[in-house]
Amino acid sequence: MSTLPKDDSMPIKGAIRIEDVVKVYDPDGAAVMAVDHCSIDIPAGEICMIVGPSGCGKTTLLNTIAGFHGLTSGHIYLDDEVLCGPGKEKAEPGSDRIVVFQNGALFPWKTNLDNIAFGPMMEGKLSKDEIYEKARKMMVDAGLEGTEDSFPGEVSSGLRRRVEIVRALMNEPKVLLFDEPYRALDSLTKSVMHEALLDIYYKNKVTIFFITHDLEEAIFLGHRLIIMSSRPCKPKKIVEVDIPHPRDYSVLTSPRFREIMNEAKGVVNEEARKAFEAGEKEG
Amino acid sequence: MSQSNATMNLTMYRISSWLKSPKPYLMFVGFGLVLSFWYFSVEVWKLPRFQDMPSLTEVFEEWFSEDPYYGLSIYTPEYYKHIGISLRRIAYAFCLATALGVPLGLFLGWSQKLREYIFPLFELLRPIPVLAWVPLAIIMFSGSETPVIFLTFLASFFATTLNTMLGVESIDEEYSRAAYCLGASRWQTFVHVVVPGAMPYIFTGLQISIGVAWFSLVAGEMVSGQYGLGYIINTAYIMVQYSQIIIGMITLGLFGYVTSALVRLAGDYMMQWRVRELALGGD
Ligand SMILES: Nc1ncnc2c1ncn2[C@@H]1O[C@H](COP(=O)(O)OP(=O)(O)O)[C@@H](O)[C@H]1O
Ligand SMILES: [Mg+2]
Repeated sequence: MSTLPKDDSMPIKGAIRIEDVVKVYDPDGAAVMAVDHCSIDIPAGEICMIVGPSGCGKTTLLNTIAGFHGLTSGHIYLDDEVLCGPGKEKAEPGSDRIVVFQNGALFPWKTNLDNIAFGPMMEGKLSKDEIYEKARKMMVDAGLEGTEDSFPGEVSSGLRRRVEIVRALMNEPKVLLFDEPYRALDSLTKSVMHEALLDIYYKNKVTIFFITHDLEEAIFLGHRLIIMSSRPCKPKKIVEVDIPHPRDYSVLTSPRFREIMNEAKGVVNEEARKAFEAGEKEG
Repeated sequence: MSQSNATMNLTMYRISSWLKSPKPYLMFVGFGLVLSFWYFSVEVWKLPRFQDMPSLTEVFEEWFSEDPYYGLSIYTPEYYKHIGISLRRIAYAFCLATALGVPLGLFLGWSQKLREYIFPLFELLRPIPVLAWVPLAIIMFSGSETPVIFLTFLASFFATTLNTMLGVESIDEEYSRAAYCLGASRWQTFVHVVVPGAMPYIFTGLQISIGVAWFSLVAGEMVSGQYGLGYIINTAYIMVQYSQIIIGMITLGLFGYVTSALVRLAGDYMMQWRVRELALGGD
């Protein structure tokens, strides 16, 4: 990828290859085909934005990568290892691929600090002291100082999102899977979150698989946009975002941004219209 | 962390805001109205059907007399013996119902298979009223103590188990998914997600449980046993010592209220996160 930064801090791991994946819900009843022979190749360290109309099957695709459910046919590889495929219908959920959920899934009964320490505590590879020291440091780095002992329900939704991303990073995953994480946020908070996410990305360099239907968000964050067709989902058009990283919000007003926007908009709107006419509900 | 401090502070905060609100004064007005209706209807207006009712003055004179006519007042050790024995039965039954009901409810909610085995049986036994169990309880258990405790236990156990199970079912699946993603095993997910996630329902169940425990206790003590508040009421009725009925009833009300409040306090202590979300507000 020409737009990927090519320095030594680039991860060597975290490449995802989705090959001919098909997902049909309820194959012996009223079959719903959610993903149709979909192939996507995501190099390690890329921010790959998945854009598509509601109900097209984006979450389904993410869930098969995360291992929340199986696929009907095809393969998914992580760094050339089979995550799932024939003979291994469902990927094992694991801390190499961590999901940041659409509605947020911080545990409301744990403090922010305990939430962040949760992953490593479960894995038990480090001592408790080491884990909490690391957790505190990560919170400071992410500007979350002072909220350690608050519960998620006590802080703003923007802050919660940040805590959730830090929690995901604690396990040093190869891939972060985002399912429209900023959908519920107002546009001001959203832009703060975008810059915070990029900031975290520049420090941690993971592969990011990011679902959204906000085109501006997609272009601002991504190296590449995969625009999906209406259900069943498969890539309809791939748009390279050749605006160099690191980016900040001045990018939004640049002519190149507008050009890419115009290039993508036509396809996105066309698919959205198809989805609307087919009466899709969001999943 | 200073969990108990936070609970104390919250309790103090609740009490002080309660005192500042009109609630306590309305409460006194409410009490006043009921007591004066009792006083006037029995002693002044002498309404028909009220002539056998013990009067307010009679009851309170008896209750606070150093030398009670029927032998039971706040100055007699006998009175406290009855209270103590009732409380002990409640404690045994409630603790047993909690110790068995909470784990059973958790596993019923957690394991589909277990639910298929046990739940139908459970649903069949649950609607049987406590009074219908009385003969069986007396046949099954020897002495006067165990049948009463068994009867008191029954309804509590059903309430606790059922609510705990519903609590597990109420947990958003994304929390378990997040836990698996972060590397938690099935058992760790049970401990860190299922148990705390079900906690609000568990405590709702325990509130109901303590209430029905008093209900069944009185039923049990009326038919079996030689001590206890239910026994006082029943014996006083048979012996035509009507003021004692009222003393027994008021005492039941007081202790029922206090035990309920204790369960609520325990819930606040166990669910700091919820308390802080509700009382001090997040967003
Ligand atoms: N568990 C399921 N069983 C049956 N159909 C489902 C299930 N989950 C999603 N679907 C259907 O699959 C399609 C794609 O859903 P989803 O992947 O959630 O879409 P998106 O995330 O793109 O909005 C929708 O038509 C939805 O109704
Ligand atoms: Mg979705």
